[in-house]
Amino acid sequence: MPIFKKPDFRSESKKRDMPEGLFQKCPGCGEVIHHLALAENQRICPKCDFHFSQTARERLEHLLDPESFEEHDAQMVSVDTLKFKGMATYTDRLKTYQKKTGLKDAVITGTGKIEALPVAIAVMDFNFIAATMGSVVGEKLARIVETGTSERLPVIIISASGGARMYEGALSLMQMAKTCGALALHAQAKLPYISILTHPTTGGVSASFATVGDVILAEPKAMIGFAGPRVIRETTHQDLPPNFQTAEFLEEHGLIDMIVHRKKMRSTIADLLKYLAPKK
Amino acid sequence: MKLQPLDFEKPIFELERKLEDLKRHSRAQDINLDPEVKRMQAKIEEMKRETYDKLTAWQRVQIARHPQRPYTLDYFSSAFTDFIELHGDRLFGDDKAMPAGLATIGDHRCVVVGHQKGRELKENLKRNFGSAHPEGYRKALRMMRLGEKFGLPVIALIDTPGAYPGVGAEERHISEAIAVNLREMMVLKTPIISVVIGEGGSGGALGIGVADRVLMLENAYYSVISPEGCAAILWKHRSHAPEAAEALKLTARDLEELKLIDEVIPEPLGGAHQDHEQTATILKKTIVKHLKKLTEMPIEKLLAQRYAKFRKMGEFAGDVSKNGT
Ligand SMILES: [Zn+2]
Repeated sequence: MPIFKKPDFRSESKKRDMPEGLFQKCPGCGEVIHHLALAENQRICPKCDFHFSQTARERLEHLLDPESFEEHDAQMVSVDTLKFKGMATYTDRLKTYQKKTGLKDAVITGTGKIEALPVAIAVMDFNFIAATMGSVVGEKLARIVETGTSERLPVIIISASGGARMYEGALSLMQMAKTCGALALHAQAKLPYISILTHPTTGGVSASFATVGDVILAEPKAMIGFAGPRVIRETTHQDLPPNFQTAEFLEEHGLIDMIVHRKKMRSTIADLLKYLAPKK
Repeated sequence: MKLQPLDFEKPIFELERKLEDLKRHSRAQDINLDPEVKRMQAKIEEMKRETYDKLTAWQRVQIARHPQRPYTLDYFSSAFTDFIELHGDRLFGDDKAMPAGLATIGDHRCVVVGHQKGRELKENLKRNFGSAHPEGYRKALRMMRLGEKFGLPVIALIDTPGAYPGVGAEERHISEAIAVNLREMMVLKTPIISVVIGEGGSGGALGIGVADRVLMLENAYYSVISPEGCAAILWKHRSHAPEAAEALKLTARDLEELKLIDEVIPEPLGGAHQDHEQTATILKKTIVKHLKKLTEMPIEKLLAQRYAKFRKMGEFAGDVSKNGT
């Protein structure tokens, strides 16, 4: 039973693979939008509010106070411990994605400020092997959460992920325990953790750090779930309810505290931290 | 109980059948066929050794899934005594794929939880083929909290193809149920031992697998994804499951080498299903050995070691951070 299968991606992610494309068609309303217009609008469709996926750098730029970000563990890279032999080797995959994205791996972590409030922050980048979690993602997250604990900082994690990274076998599975463990100690220190779910957050990431936030926020229409819809349909031969596994569905079913428009995310986090962050 | 052969065991079973024929023939005709019988027995022994000494990852997966393999409830009544089953998560229902309760092993009174499969269809429908819903994980955590409150160690037996991928499971947040267990087990103030007794299917297995000692039966597997699922994605077809099983490094020995588990528990030749009693005896001995050590340890030290153990898991390079731990 493939539990950590990639979700059904919309045409959107395919389009983003063509950097030379100046225009993108909005999956929400069909409008053709110039990429500069999208970039200026935090990658939200100006017509229908559809949230296109953002890179980790873009998110950090919009969320944090200017010049406040200090990146941690920027040089950490994945290694092919299992010497994974598939159709493509893991090492090849890593090289391809490093070249394509300019990233070392699927998460950027560090400290920064949101409306002058200091935070430890991690942002996953779906463009890097579907932001799957291997050892590097797990280790960088555990470290930034530990930094949060030792420096008494709130932790903000912005998730997007296809799940665990198969190429690292059980090593990637154990990152689920590692990240949740680090968060357990952070929680014992009575420090807040705000988890932000973006499209899509699934599999081993949804089943670990992403769903244990003190507050869980989600972007509109983000697909969030444990198993992919195709797997569920094949296993259960059941029709899926309308809007199944969307942020709206999960707010209705009690998992998500608030659905927050991308342009309101920064101020919402700041508002929450004014209640929850430790007094200095 | 007549054993069902796995595909790769068929030559052995065939030869054993021939041996029986030979013996019957010898008795019926009253002819001495002892030399032939001996020769054939030696050949069977040799074949068994050859097969079972170098099982491939995929063959072990098949053994781990053998329908006659001992299941969680078998161990609760063999390796353990005085099992009292307690039901329900106090929130939604009672998940029959995750029985739990109180039981004694050696001198140790414990809380026990585990995934339970069924042997035939009716039982399997009841047990949902060993795939638990959120209720199962929440019940497991409720029982673990009982253990924490009453100073009882927790023993968790892992045997699941994975948490259930269904509408209800998603509606009631299977992800969150597993994630909360991962977080809470890390800081639960009582010793925890998890044993992968059969299938260790990804997050659904880990959901009761954060422990002071993680043990694995020799032919059990523990994997981030099923070999079939991995093959479907990376090889574009499920029929490549044997290659995927090899690539995923999912056997007990592989995991021991990767330092992701603490000990491999040997099984009888050919697998646990060949001898339930012997398997239960070894399992009991191993659990008791670890319980003795863990229950003597001060709780703060135990928790620090539990965290450090999982904290170390992971392989990476290029670490030049000032924040390195
Ligand atoms: Zn639009």
